[in-house]
Amino acid sequence: MVDIGTVEVIPPAEVEDVELYHPKSWVTKYVFCQDAKVIAIQYSITAISIGLVALVLSWFIRLQLAFPGTFSFITPSNYYQFITMHGMIMVIYLLTALFLGGFGNYLIPLMVGARDMVFPYVNMLSFWVYFLAVLVLVASFFAPGGPTGAGWTLYPPQAILAGTPGQDWGIILMLASLILFIIGFTMGGLNYVVTVLQGRTRGMTMMRLPLTVWGIFTATILALLAFPALFVASVMMLLDRVLGTSFFMPAIVQAGEHLKYGGGSPILFQHLFWFFGHPEVYIVALPAFGIVSDLISTHARKNIFGYRMMVWALVAIAVLSFIVWGHHMYISGMNPPFGFFFATSTLIIAIPTAIKVYNWVLTLWRGDIHLTVPMLFALGFIVTFVNGGITGLFLGNVIVDVPLSATMFVVAHFHMVMGIAPILVVFGGIYHWYPKITGRMWNERLGQFHFWVTFLGAYLIYFPMHYLGFIGVPRRYYELGETAFVPPSAGTLNVFITAAALIVGAAQMVFFFNLIWSLFKGKRAGGNPWRATTLEWQTPQTPPGHGNWGKELPIVYRWAYDYSVPGAEQDFLPQNQPPAKRMPVAAPS
Amino acid sequence: MNITFIFLAVVAAIVAWWLSQQRITAKPWLEAGSIVDTGASSRPAAKIGLGLFLVIVGSLFALLISAYSMRMDMGEWRPAPVPKLLWLNTGVLISSSGALQWAQIAARRGKMDGVRAGLLAGGVFALAFLAGQLWAWRQLDAAGYYLTANPAAAFFYLITGVHGLHLLGGLVALGRTMDKAWRAVTAGELRLSVELCAMYWHFLLLVWLIFFGLLLLTDPIVSDSGLVSLICRIL
Amino acid sequence: MATILALVLVLIVIGSVSFHLLSPWWLTPIASNWGYIDNTVILTFWITGFGYIAIILFMAFCVFRFRHREGRRAAYQPENNRLEWSLAIGTTVAVAALLGPGLFVWYQFVTVPKGADEIEVVGQQWQWSFRLPGRDGLLGTSDSRYISSDNPLGLNPNDPNGQDDLVIVADDLHLPLGKPVKVLLRSIDVIHDFYVPEFRAKMDLMPGLVTYFWFIPTRAGTFEVLCAAFCGVGHPEMRGSVVVENESAYQAWLQKQQTFAQLSARAKKVNLRQ
Repeated sequence: MVDIGTVEVIPPAEVEDVELYHPKSWVTKYVFCQDAKVIAIQYSITAISIGLVALVLSWFIRLQLAFPGTFSFITPSNYYQFITMHGMIMVIYLLTALFLGGFGNYLIPLMVGARDMVFPYVNMLSFWVYFLAVLVLVASFFAPGGPTGAGWTLYPPQAILAGTPGQDWGIILMLASLILFIIGFTMGGLNYVVTVLQGRTRGMTMMRLPLTVWGIFTATILALLAFPALFVASVMMLLDRVLGTSFFMPAIVQAGEHLKYGGGSPILFQHLFWFFGHPEVYIVALPAFGIVSDLISTHARKNIFGYRMMVWALVAIAVLSFIVWGHHMYISGMNPPFGFFFATSTLIIAIPTAIKVYNWVLTLWRGDIHLTVPMLFALGFIVTFVNGGITGLFLGNVIVDVPLSATMFVVAHFHMVMGIAPILVVFGGIYHWYPKITGRMWNERLGQFHFWVTFLGAYLIYFPMHYLGFIGVPRRYYELGETAFVPPSAGTLNVFITAAALIVGAAQMVFFFNLIWSLFKGKRAGGNPWRATTLEWQTPQTPPGHGNWGKELPIVYRWAYDYSVPGAEQDFLPQNQPPAKRMPVAAPS
Repeated sequence: MNITFIFLAVVAAIVAWWLSQQRITAKPWLEAGSIVDTGASSRPAAKIGLGLFLVIVGSLFALLISAYSMRMDMGEWRPAPVPKLLWLNTGVLISSSGALQWAQIAARRGKMDGVRAGLLAGGVFALAFLAGQLWAWRQLDAAGYYLTANPAAAFFYLITGVHGLHLLGGLVALGRTMDKAWRAVTAGELRLSVELCAMYWHFLLLVWLIFFGLLLLTDPIVSDSGLVSLICRIL
Repeated sequence: MATILALVLVLIVIGSVSFHLLSPWWLTPIASNWGYIDNTVILTFWITGFGYIAIILFMAFCVFRFRHREGRRAAYQPENNRLEWSLAIGTTVAVAALLGPGLFVWYQFVTVPKGADEIEVVGQQWQWSFRLPGRDGLLGTSDSRYISSDNPLGLNPNDPNGQDDLVIVADDLHLPLGKPVKVLLRSIDVIHDFYVPEFRAKMDLMPGLVTYFWFIPTRAGTFEVLCAAFCGVGHPEMRGSVVVENESAYQAWLQKQQTFAQLSARAKKVNLRQ
């Protein structure tokens, strides 16, 4: 090992300590709070609560698909409202908010060694605007006509016309909620990025950052650049709906009546939507990539294999993700030559993604693998992500997409790759950092039970679902009915999938029980139960106090992955531990 | 989408430049010990935050203008003739930006009177610009190019509206800066706020000039020259 | 736990592969010339399936072999450039092997052969209508402005090419066996998608545009048309039929269809009587 640098310990005076905001009352401490850790909890609880609504909606969807016509409360209109709200909530209000607003807020300041985010007041506003967006979304359930049933892609002209449920109020509230969400997210996103850029403590170079921070950082930049596209699309559609402009509305004759619209272009909406929509996939995936890298490294007691390649791959994926959006529009009638371009760019993005997968499994090679619950979830992520990734190679390759697009194959693909895979990482991350957040350890048996049911159950839901797509079963069908090309056995398969979905959903109650029960009855965890190297485990207090670091900010001397270093006594060296042989001040003897 | 691609290329260039400062080819496991330079910028966080915010707003306008030009290419495009008033408004907005530049220079030199005069003039010109834009809207409306007349008109109202709202938001920040300026703090304390205002104003001026330029290029009265239609096709 | 997990991972691989090989669910028997599409699907299966099996089995091996035991310490290996680059190159080769054939077939898909018969599919909430060019082999122009109850597809009444067009509203489409067809797609309200699983090819109907795709029907029979782009509450009920039959049966069917001129004349008569 080579030591560099001549200054052994940087004098504290070299880095200005920020002035911290101190809460003065209960309201400013727990409600309108500017501490990123509290904001993180607020974000997480809100996101998970609305996510539970989406989970229940998915049960209704599955019940209808397995037993069509059995449940009187699932009318065609309701069904389309359920699938729309399920998708929208899961992608935007749960996953995006949880990874960036939840994990980002909690982990960024701690992992980079800062006292808080750089703009705490804006950070607080970010949460409350997000909360308002969620309230508006929930309000649409109670509005006359119910929430919009336009599908989560909200394609015009259908989304704002009669014939689609929620055409009166649902779609207006949906678009308003999205606009609010984007404004709120932008406020938070500015914080996450500038804190990583400017808030790093002494010695914390970019290449010493844990991959979790790299993942959240790149995902936030993607989001900040991509969300404006959804913002523009939402504003334009809102104007079309409310004021009668025709941005996305061509001349339309509906049910024999000539509508007053004319001259707009529905395909323009699709371009804007997917210019946001594809980076959105990576907005969810990149934080998961980062977190899973840290989980695997910590619990295999081995440095992440190929750290530099992992960082470069993240950056490459982020850049490429802006030029692949057209693969969602292969059969939209866009100019055919675009198919060549988007298929090529889409398959190229598979290469850096594959490199990340190789490096995760190579980290396991000759490791010292502790199969803790977070590690189980991380390994489960690899299985589902690889599975969902290779079906992406089907759909990304333009001609293979032609028969499979708009079938259940697509549904199975994106649930595997951006539903189940990131959710497994969310669980892994929560189990991993729970002891730091609460100071207590969860029940291991319940955690293992939760893992096995969720992982195996989810695989059993989505793996067979691809084959419904091969048969040709289209998605977004309230009821397929009798058709010649679908064998009756497919119905049996649907019943099986529904049974698995109900079980997996119910098993999540075990997770919540475990979290709440352990909050009061869990064993004390100690400051660093996983013997991890990164800074968040080195705080003077657990849970970390206001300002994170006590009197002095930590100084970083090494990268985030010094596990099992030859010659070191322990199998991990915390980032703030100075190199042993050149310690200027030895302990007084 | 070409404008968006140009915009993204600029962002990519900034990111590449920044990454090149971060020693991303270093092997961090070989570097145990202290490193003084973390690669963070010496500029204040507020400035970097605003810079990043302008990139986001830039993305918003790049997409709006891209949508505008994409729709233009799809045919049946009947834009309104560009109101002559917009030339005047452009001049007013340039003056507003210039006044804030003046305030910024005065703040750096520590001249409080200059700061106050610059801020006030900047604010007044900005309000005049907004009033002028509203007047231009009324002119178009009266000429039959109302909001729902056709997509070209709708795009004009949308983009000028979004631009105006951003300027309105800027006026809130400017108002707070003026408030501070009249509460007799030193020029040094004001300097950052004034610089941030100036930066925001220059950016909105740039956005306006790009959009106004595009309007002129595609003006049905002017745009019959070969060069203009060539540029339009590139955009 | 390590043994169980390793075993489960192996079982996932075995289970997935046997499900693929043994389950009755696979591509619906094809009825068009797009066997190439099926071949690219199968090729993709082989290449990606190999990667999937290799990665999961490798993981299972590591989980078992390097499980934590008392006194065990992990190896220290930050990176291995040669390994990483060769894996990257190997992946690139595999990706090229997927992309090359894929783009080749896509080229065929977007290149309509000369002499393909043009037909038009018109979608509206929630039914399929069709238009055939008639004796002159040309489809007349159309515009949604012309749409009325007498002219449901919006044909231009002043276009001579359109007068002999055969108009089939909400009824079956018949196609002759073995002849290439270029399907022009038009929607008069929202986005639809003309989807016949047996033909493999499908394409959106984008209001305001005319989109297209082409194929050759290769198997006689009646095939169900579905809509594959969500188009409102009636989306699942938007069905139709395509009947592929031999030339003589097709000609017999053609004789029975009404031209646009006939339909307009009859509509005029009805209007006069009222």
